[in-house]
Formats: sequence, structure tokens, C-alpha cells
Amino acid sequence: MAIIPGSGDRVETGTALLPEAPPGAVDTAAPASKPHGLLRRGWEVFAENKLALVSLGVIVFMVLFCFVGPHIYHTDQVHTNLSQTLCPPGGQHLLGCDNLGYDQVGRLMVGGQTSLEVGVAAAIVAVLIGTLYGAFSGFIGGPVDSFLMRIVDAGLSIPYIMVIVILSVVFRPSPLVMIFIIAVFYWLGVARLVRGETLSLRTREYVQAVKVVGGGSTRAIVRHIVPNAIGTIIVQGTFAVADSIIILAGLGFLGLGVQAPATDWGNMLSGGLQYIQSGTNYWWLIYPAGLAIIITCIAFNFIGDALRDAFETRLQRR
Amino acid sequence: MAPLLQIDNLRTDIRLKRSTVHAVDDISLYVDPGETLGIVGESGCGKTMTALSIMNLLPTGGSIVGGSIRLNDKDISKLSDEDLRHVRGNEIGMIFQDPLTSLNPTMTVGRQIAEAVQLHRDVTKEQAMDRAAEVLDLVGMPRARERINEYPHQFSGGMRQRVMIAMALACDPKLLIADEPTTALDVTIQKQILELIDDLRQQLGMSVMLVTHDLGVIAGRADRVVVMYAGKIAESTSTSTLFANPRHPYTEALFHALPEKAAETRERLLSIPGLPPDLTNPPAGCRFAPRCRYATDRCRSEGPVLRGEQPDHQYSCFYPVGQAERGELPVVSVTEVKPAPAVATPAAETLLSAQHLVKDFAVTKGAVMQRRVGSVSAVADVSFEIGRGQTLGLVGESGCGKTTVGRLLVGLESLTSGAITYEGKDLSKSSGREYRRERRKIQLMFQDSYSSLDPRMRAGAILREPLVVQGIGNRAEQRKKVEEILGQVGLPLSAVDRYPHEFSGGQRQRLGFARALILSPSLIVADEPVSALDVSIQAQVLNLMRDLQRELGLTYLFISHDLSVVRYLSTRIGVMYLGKLVEVGPADEVYLTPAHPYTRGLIDSAPVADPQAEQAKEERGVRGELPSAIHPPSGCRFRTRCPLAQEICAEVEPPMNTFSMNGHAAACHFPLQPVVTAQTSTSATAQ
Repeated sequence: MAIIPGSGDRVETGTALLPEAPPGAVDTAAPASKPHGLLRRGWEVFAENKLALVSLGVIVFMVLFCFVGPHIYHTDQVHTNLSQTLCPPGGQHLLGCDNLGYDQVGRLMVGGQTSLEVGVAAAIVAVLIGTLYGAFSGFIGGPVDSFLMRIVDAGLSIPYIMVIVILSVVFRPSPLVMIFIIAVFYWLGVARLVRGETLSLRTREYVQAVKVVGGGSTRAIVRHIVPNAIGTIIVQGTFAVADSIIILAGLGFLGLGVQAPATDWGNMLSGGLQYIQSGTNYWWLIYPAGLAIIITCIAFNFIGDALRDAFETRLQRR
Repeated sequence: MAPLLQIDNLRTDIRLKRSTVHAVDDISLYVDPGETLGIVGESGCGKTMTALSIMNLLPTGGSIVGGSIRLNDKDISKLSDEDLRHVRGNEIGMIFQDPLTSLNPTMTVGRQIAEAVQLHRDVTKEQAMDRAAEVLDLVGMPRARERINEYPHQFSGGMRQRVMIAMALACDPKLLIADEPTTALDVTIQKQILELIDDLRQQLGMSVMLVTHDLGVIAGRADRVVVMYAGKIAESTSTSTLFANPRHPYTEALFHALPEKAAETRERLLSIPGLPPDLTNPPAGCRFAPRCRYATDRCRSEGPVLRGEQPDHQYSCFYPVGQAERGELPVVSVTEVKPAPAVATPAAETLLSAQHLVKDFAVTKGAVMQRRVGSVSAVADVSFEIGRGQTLGLVGESGCGKTTVGRLLVGLESLTSGAITYEGKDLSKSSGREYRRERRKIQLMFQDSYSSLDPRMRAGAILREPLVVQGIGNRAEQRKKVEEILGQVGLPLSAVDRYPHEFSGGQRQRLGFARALILSPSLIVADEPVSALDVSIQAQVLNLMRDLQRELGLTYLFISHDLSVVRYLSTRIGVMYLGKLVEVGPADEVYLTPAHPYTRGLIDSAPVADPQAEQAKEERGVRGELPSAIHPPSGCRFRTRCPLAQEICAEVEPPMNTFSMNGHAAACHFPLQPVVTAQTSTSATAQ
């Protein structure tokens, strides 16, 4: 799911070889400096990952570009203007125009709005449903768990492109419908992951310790299992955003995404493709949209990696 | 005689993200042909890094930054990776600690051994497999020729370690490096493996470098010993000299920290205060100075060099202890000899009694429709009593059910049958609110304090949680209670704001102890509380447990595989084997005059940090391995490994017989002690 394979597991294996004495932990230790809040220390770990910082910048830029940009850089994204069809970059149109005479920069902004909205919303819905389902299934365990997980397995075995094609024919594809379609398929994977995490957390001794002092299941889940699974969930969430954007782009590319005059980055790609093969070099129809997709997705993945580290208390230092 | 391996001024660094660990700092040692060199030290002292440096198998970021490692006068530290491969596995064999992760689960053991042979010898596949069978036979694998086609999971832990040894020996190495070869194994298996290594060394004329933290293992097996501390050699001499006359204060302190030294007197153990130094930034002078009782200003500013009156006994200390120089030891605050707290007062009021505890775990098959296909008999009809203020020690090999007994008492597992009576009330009958209130009275101290403390909670929150759950006091009162407990277990108040990973192992175990104490329980079930700790830290925790027992009138159920620790802390000892309590009685009586052959075997298997005692031991111990608890042997469960077993043992389950007036009882048809006699002093069996 991560675009960058092997970018996981940054936790330094070497630390295990240290003599078991973290610098601050000597008996006589520590003029207890005022401990920073969790967020602050989490941010410090996050900030150590330079790639993630850059990625964060990229995402902030993309959001500003798509949502604030149109108020600064005014273009007509409603009426076609055939006099400007396929005009090359320069002058009035920084990235030229497409086959219908829409300004490409403006188009990127409008398309980006759809892509980001759908991506983020679908991810949130999918992660929420998946987390609840998976945590419940894993914590109950036994036959109930087996049954619930077979449903997930069944769902995952259906080729999602086919179903999406059918669904997007039945419903007129609007952003809302796209969110629904993507979430319906994406939560399955999340559920499976969270369930696995819950299964292992359930047997941890610190969860059992709650039982020894007389605490109930609710306390075990809320105070111990969920906080310890949050890293996985957050990371899964950022990956889900990236994946949703790609799925949406794929659907748009097939012509099954949101319909004109609305657009998304995938739509723009498919529109440009017809012309790229015609001999003339209409690069401005392809590269900007393609790059936007790639850069955004990579950035979300990097942020996910760094977030996982940030949520890992063991990597935080004071 | 030229040494086989000569290490001079070796320095190994490990680069981390922000700092560099000087894991091995200027050490020199040698191994003669045919001898066993023991390297001993606490975790993090650089002993494993030394071993890995020889093979150049250092972890990421690790590199040799100085010195030389000469094997047969050839410097192998400078060899290219290509050339080094001919040395690894060929001239030097290595055994790692964990035999499960060191074997490839997808290859038959035969193939894995043959692979090593094919890499270094010009042989065909068939010849390599022949060699594999040959070495497996050599390491005592029964039916070696058939078993070469089996996979690692089909072997038990002890057998896997034999496979590892076979693999290391496949090319007739001249040097075998054994890095904690038996730490993951039970004492009975440990003894078998150590004996095997010893036999093979003599048979094949190779040298062995035995790296371990266990002074007992060193005492019985090594010819010479190197004691390491914080990346440097503290002391180096022959085994007998080291144990008879340690010169470095660290070595001396290590011996004093052993519970078996104080088992008879039950004095406070002499623990080493503090922690080993941080090797990213080691202290300027002697590295042991901050923890040393004899340290002076000179020690703190100037590093001592390795020296000695005799070339074969060297130590790095300005003020060596032991014979000659230092007649009288300075008086130390903790040495005041407290008299043994009137051991074995059998009249103590019974706090908890367990009657006929049985716990079976279902073995099921199928994912959705789970069919019961059998059951693991984890605890089978175990009865015992614990008197108020006493300590009952439970010992046995892993898989004997001792942990399950503890979990039954604290309510983490439900009884299949039987009853637990606590202060006269049947615990299994209480339910709901009453049950939750009763829970306060019995608390559990986990073995691994790291995994039993939520990594995302600060120590303060962890300690407060039991109070919150039980609804005791308001916030301020809870905080006060937490601070009070922290003081009792010897942690600074600043600990409240720290996360579990910011504590050292010993401190974490104190924290785990504090959590068990915070509800003011009367009984604490301590499940292997010190087995993950180094000797010096172990002594700190054991002392703390004893002190608080006396102070707060606590009762312990102390579960451990380590007989010497159990004997030190317990008033009574119970020995478990495969779900059965085979022997129970006053600690010293069980230890000195065991009645059950299994107890005898356990005592003989446990390595003692005394070379004479180790060498005097006969070839006793316990043969074979623990049978499956799914199909336990009929009659006496120990009969399959018992040297005294006869037909009746397979037919009739032995009843509990009494051996003294103090409640010393054992279940055996052929006990080693006369039944029902008050007097037990057969000096023949006493050590």
C-alpha cells in the first residue's frame, strides 16, 4: 500500500544493543525539567524526518493552491473557449489550455479540489468504519471474529474495479458517490489490519494487568488497546488518503469519475492522452496533472511514516 | 604454545543516529588450543560484541576501529568479506543464543547443515548430507540419519540447540564461539548441552569461547575467565583463581550478589548500587568507580590498566581486593548481618489455600466451528497452602504449570476444577463487585516488566490506574499514595512523569513491584520477577522484596526456574513437574534433602558458582526432555526421565508421602528419603 516500499521500519535496531540505561534514567537522576506535552514531543520526532517536513510543506501548498488559488488566479472553468483550444503555455495561460480551452492552471485547481476532498473524506470514512469493525472483531474473538473476518475476506476477493464500474454506471458519479464507492472497498483492508493489531494487543501483559487490579473490558480497550493501536490507525489513514486519490484518478482516467464540467486530476490525464499521441508535443496536458497526483501521494506516504514515529513514545525524548 | 586466537587492543564502535557506542574498548585476550575461555559480564558489557567482532558479524553501524584479531597468526580483522567467509563457519564456528530464530524454518535441518559443508568443502550434495548425518550423530541426536529430513519446528528447544552445534561443527572448526548457548534453555537441558560442548571440545581438540552472564556456567566449564565490564576487561585469570581470590572489586561484588551465597544465612544480598555506565560517553576514570565501594578520587580521574603480580592473573584496579594488599575490608553500610528471620514457622496462620487445582487448556481445530480435539493438562490436581507473611517458592522447568498456578490465583485464568480459599473465603464463589474487591488482596508482579507496563502511559498514570479502577480516594490522595509507593520501592519522585522505556530494567521491575503494591495487597504472586535481570540488579530487587515483606507483612508466591533464587527468598518450596506438585516442604529441607528424584535432578543440574562444587558433581541431572502435556505419561508423570522408575510408576500415581514434621512431602514411589521421620540429616546428600 505504501508507495515507497521499505520506507518503514526506521526504528533504529542499534538501540537494542545499548546498555540498558537511557541517559536520563539514573537513580539520582534528573532535575525534573518541565516535561513537554505529548504533542510537542511528537512534533519533535516528526520534525526530525526531513522528508516528512518537506512533504508536509507540499501538502499545505497543494491545499492552498487548490482552495485559495482560484480566488487569486481567476480563470473561467465553466464556459469552453474554443479560440484558445490547446494553446501552449505562456503569457495569459501559464500552463496553456486544454482541448476545450480551459486554462490548465485553473483546471488543476478545480480538479485538485475534487481529488483532495474525495481522498481525505473517503479515507476518514474507511478508517473509521474499519477501525471499529476490526477492533470489535479482534476483541470479541472466537467464532464471532471468524465470521466477521470471513465477510471481510469475501469483500476483498471481489475485484473492486469491476464493482466500481457497475456502481458508477448506476449512480451518476458525483464526489459524494465517489467517496462512498471508495470507502466501501477501502475499509476492508483497514479492518483486517486493526483486527490483527487488536489480537496481539489483547494478550499483552499490560492489558492483562488491568484485569488483575479488577478493571473491566471497556477500560482495557479505551485506555490501553486503542492508544497503542493509534499509530497503526493514523498511518493507515494517511496511506488511505494517498490510495483514494490514486483510485479516483484511475476512475477518472477510465472516464468513470466525476463528470464534466467538474473534473479531477485523473480526468485531466485521460483528456490529455488523446492528444499526446497525435504527434505534436502537448506536454502541458499530461505532466502537470500527473505530477500533481504523484507528488501528493508520495507526500502523504512520507507523512504517514513520520506520524508513526511521532506516535511512538519510545522514540520521543525530552 | 602459541595461542590459537590472539586479540590485541580491540576496539569496536557502534554508530547510532546521534551518538557512538564504544561497545568494546581496548581489550586484549587469547585462547589457547584446546582450552575453554569464559567471557563473563552483565548485559551491555561488550561480551557479545567481542564475539561478534571476531566473526565480523557486527550489527548495522558497528565496525572494528582499532586493534587486531589474529587467528593462527593471521589478522582476520583486516580480511575482506570474501576472505572472511572462509574463516567463518570453517575455522571458527558460532552458536547463538536462540536456536529457534537461528534456524531457517523452511529448510530441513540436514540441508542447513549440508549447506555449511558445501560452502567450505569441495563435496557433492550427497557427501554433504552424509556429513550432516555424521555431525548430528556426534551431537547426540537420536536416529540422526532419519531426522536430517525433518524441519526445525519438529525439534524441541534442546534438540534445536544440538542442531546449531552440529552446524557449527560441520567443518571441524578450531574455535567454537558459544554466545549464551544455554540461556534460553531449562537447567536440565542446559546441563546436557554444556556437557555436550565439553565432550566435543575434548573429542575434537578444539577451543571454545564461552560467552555468558552466568557465573555458575563459567565455574563448571571454563579453564580461564575474562570478566568484562563496560567494554573493558576487569579481570582475567584461571577459573579456580578467580573464584578463590577475585582481585577486582567488580568481580568480588558479582560473587556477593549471588543469592546462593546467602541462601543459608539469608542475609541481605550485597547488591551493586547504580547502573553500568552509558557507553556512548564512558566516565573518564575507572568505569566501575561510580558503583565501587572502594573508589577514591584517583579512580574517578585516572583509568587503571590491566596488571597483576602474576602474568596469569591480571586486573584493572588501583586498589585490588582479596588476598595480600588489603587485609580488612572497609565496613560497608549494607553488611550488617541481620539474623535469619526465624525460618519456617509452620504455625503461621494460613492465608491462602489451594485445593486440587486443575486447569486444562482446550486444544481446538478449525477456524469457525472450533472442535475440541484434546486438552493440555497444564495444572493437574495441585494443592498447597501459604501461611501469612511467608513465601512459597514454586520451581520447575518451563511448561511445568507454575505460571498457570500463579495466573489461577490472581484470576487471569479460570479453574477447570478445584477451589482457592483466601482468608477462609472461597474465591471462586464470589462474583461481581465482591470479586473485584477481593482482587485487591492478591496482586501479580509480572516477569517482563517491559511488556507489562503500557508504553504509552507515564509511570504516574500506571501506578494510579489500580486506584482509579478500584475507586480509592480522590486525585490528590491518589497522587500522594503514588508518591509514597515510589519512595518505598526506591524510585525518585521525578519518575512519575517518565515513560516505561525511560527506566532501566531494574527500575522497571521496581515500578512493576510498585504497581502490585499500590492496592495494599496481602499476597503478591511474583512470576519470575528477576529472571530477566543481571545478577547485580537482581540482588537489588530481591533485597527490596525481602525488606518490604518484613515491613509490610507481605506474603509471596514466588515463581521461578532458578532454584538458588527461590531458596534464598522462600520459607517453603514447591517443586512442580508437568502440572503436578511433586514435592513441597521447608526451603532448606527440600534443597538439602530432596525426596523426589526430580528435585534431586534439578538441584544437580543448576550450575553453582563454585568450580570445586561443579567439578565434584557426578553425571547426574535429569535425562531427556519434558514430555507432552497433551498426553502426559500414565502413573507418575516423571517416570519417563526418572533413573529409579519401575513398573509400578507407570501404573499407579504415587501418593504424597510425608518426610518430616515440618510438612515436607513428595509424591514418589521410591523417595530418596525415608518416609515419615522427623530427623533428616543424611550428610551424603547434603552439599
